[in-house]
Amino acid sequence: MAEIRVHNLLKRFGAFIAVKGVSLTVADGDFFVLLGPSGCGKTTTLRMIAGLEIPTEGEIRVGGEDVTFRRAAQRDIAFVFQLFALYPHMNVRDNLLFPLKAQGVARRERQARLAEVARLLRIDQILRRPVGGLSSGDRQRVALGRAIIRRPKAFLMDEPLGALDTEFRELMAEELRALHDRIAATTVYVTHDQTEAMAMATRIAVMDRGNVLQVGTPAEIYERPATRFVAGFVGTPVMNFLPVRLPVAAGTRRVVIDGAEVTVRPLREVPARGETVLGVRPEHVALADDGPLRGQIYGLEYMGARQIVTVETAAGHVKVRVPAGERLRIGENVGLRPDPSRAHLFDAATERALVMGNADG
Amino acid sequence: MVDLALIGVTKRFGRTTAVDDMSLSVNHGEFVVLLGPTGAGKTTTLRLIAGLERPSAGRVLIGGHDATSWTPAARDVAFVFQQYSLYPHLSVAENLAFPLQAPGRNVDPATIRRRVGDIAELLRISHKLDDPVTQLSGGEMQRVAIGRALVRQPAILLMDEPLSSLDAKLRDDLRIELKRIQTGLEATILYVTHDHAEALTLADRIGVLDRGRLVQIAEPREIYCRPKNLYVARRLGSPQINVLPADGIDFVAAPAGAAAMALRPEDIVIGGNGHRADLVRVERLGAETVLHVRFGAHDLRALLPPGSTLPEGDSVSLSIDNRAAHFFTADGERLEEACVS
Repeated sequence: MAEIRVHNLLKRFGAFIAVKGVSLTVADGDFFVLLGPSGCGKTTTLRMIAGLEIPTEGEIRVGGEDVTFRRAAQRDIAFVFQLFALYPHMNVRDNLLFPLKAQGVARRERQARLAEVARLLRIDQILRRPVGGLSSGDRQRVALGRAIIRRPKAFLMDEPLGALDTEFRELMAEELRALHDRIAATTVYVTHDQTEAMAMATRIAVMDRGNVLQVGTPAEIYERPATRFVAGFVGTPVMNFLPVRLPVAAGTRRVVIDGAEVTVRPLREVPARGETVLGVRPEHVALADDGPLRGQIYGLEYMGARQIVTVETAAGHVKVRVPAGERLRIGENVGLRPDPSRAHLFDAATERALVMGNADG
Repeated sequence: MVDLALIGVTKRFGRTTAVDDMSLSVNHGEFVVLLGPTGAGKTTTLRLIAGLERPSAGRVLIGGHDATSWTPAARDVAFVFQQYSLYPHLSVAENLAFPLQAPGRNVDPATIRRRVGDIAELLRISHKLDDPVTQLSGGEMQRVAIGRALVRQPAILLMDEPLSSLDAKLRDDLRIELKRIQTGLEATILYVTHDHAEALTLADRIGVLDRGRLVQIAEPREIYCRPKNLYVARRLGSPQINVLPADGIDFVAAPAGAAAMALRPEDIVIGGNGHRADLVRVERLGAETVLHVRFGAHDLRALLPPGSTLPEGDSVSLSIDNRAAHFFTADGERLEEACVS
């Protein structure tokens, strides 16, 4: 397995720049997720790493070697595509062995690797079955097995679970991550699904319009988003954003939202043009009669282990996460209190998160 | 008042039975969601009600009348698909007015204008009425598609995964809007999806389908707390319910006849004075954290609520409220009452 380094990667398609100078380091053994909406450049970045696109500018190194202009087949990287490209006329075993036969690997070695992969993926019992009759989960496992058996330097995956039902996707995501933990393979994984990214990644790069906005562990991205875009893209339901129209001064501990004073951590810098946006996640807002914000319950969503309340306030809709057992009703008047230590302020003009101190000083 | 009923409806395509002896009723003003994986028979059920398919056996009742042999047009149902089908060369207002202008409807222009205006306001697209639909965002287009189904005030609205092609944020917003619109209009809706969160949040009642059969139909809290069998238990909840042998946890006593025990991840309490389990992995999902633990021979998922302190080290202490365990027979049928949440 190997480290992947990408430096100032740029890709132009005619007048359109899909990737605008991306630099990333994927450490050996990382499960690195490129996360972003469609059109953000994540798949193009992945395809350049794979060798399926030639970068317009920049450099790609795998295990220290410059592979920027090397052909895909010579990079020793396995690409797992969305859906399951298996040979329909072969059984599971032959599908798995195919890449090794193509590489001219000796018979003994082939058998040893087949046994290892079958054990890792827990597919021993279906080796003789034709792939046509397999469940979608087993097909996905066989497709993965065919990538693993080559022992490549790294795995690249482009929304491999995208076509599955939600419930099944969760289970496959869990399995993929467990597999990664067993073989510690360097993996670069592309998805637009933030839940998948949070559940699987050791590190996430959030992309938007060809740029990487932030790289960090799932916890860092979630707790300290660098921009309003990152804050809004990661987390479900999404973070609440409330406009703060009055200018704020450095050191301030209060912001005014639609006439109400909301306590925040002390601000360590001042936004360029004064206007800011308060961002607070649904689990960091409490329903409290004496809270500074007031509103009416607009929607109630029971979700089994949890419940989401949407409150209509003068500053917009605010979502609050409450325990599933709490009985509330639509139209009820409630007070809201954002947790001062967990609220963020973003510069309204640049969307950048403003630097703030600790809650206690 | 029952607006819609299926009585013993079966639909076969060659040797495949897509819908198997289904009986189901949807009351006036009720929002019923059919939940099931791909191939469970959800879409075929809707098509049978719309009159796009004829049942191999059984009857379809609409407004109390046997509608089995009625044409689709005679049934007064509207269908909203996953892919919004709008007329690209028409404006939003023209798309909304279209169903009212069909020959034979005889709706006068003033009424059409009023109804289009009302529906646009309801869907918050009044400011876009004159725009060509091709200039709308995905969410706006889907709202127009829903509006077009609502504008002619059909007896029944059938919806086939109408939100699944939208991005997550938009889906969250539209879900709330759809529920409000339905409540406001007292519309009768039958909605199909494979997304359990959608089913839980939208439905007055959820019907769970398995290979063409209706396994259980009940209110969201009821179906979540008292799944009729293991299949239903597994369909609802995220992370998925833990299933283990009935005697898998030595300190939780199984009733006679139990073969399997199922535990919701949120009902496994971590910390405090409990039983020791190995901590395998911590999955931080943002607001919530999932702990993967190994207790004896079993892997379990435990859900920590927001704001919990994360455990350190390689073991945790866990406890389980006896009342939270669900028990099932060897056939997967529910045995005991359970549910603390």
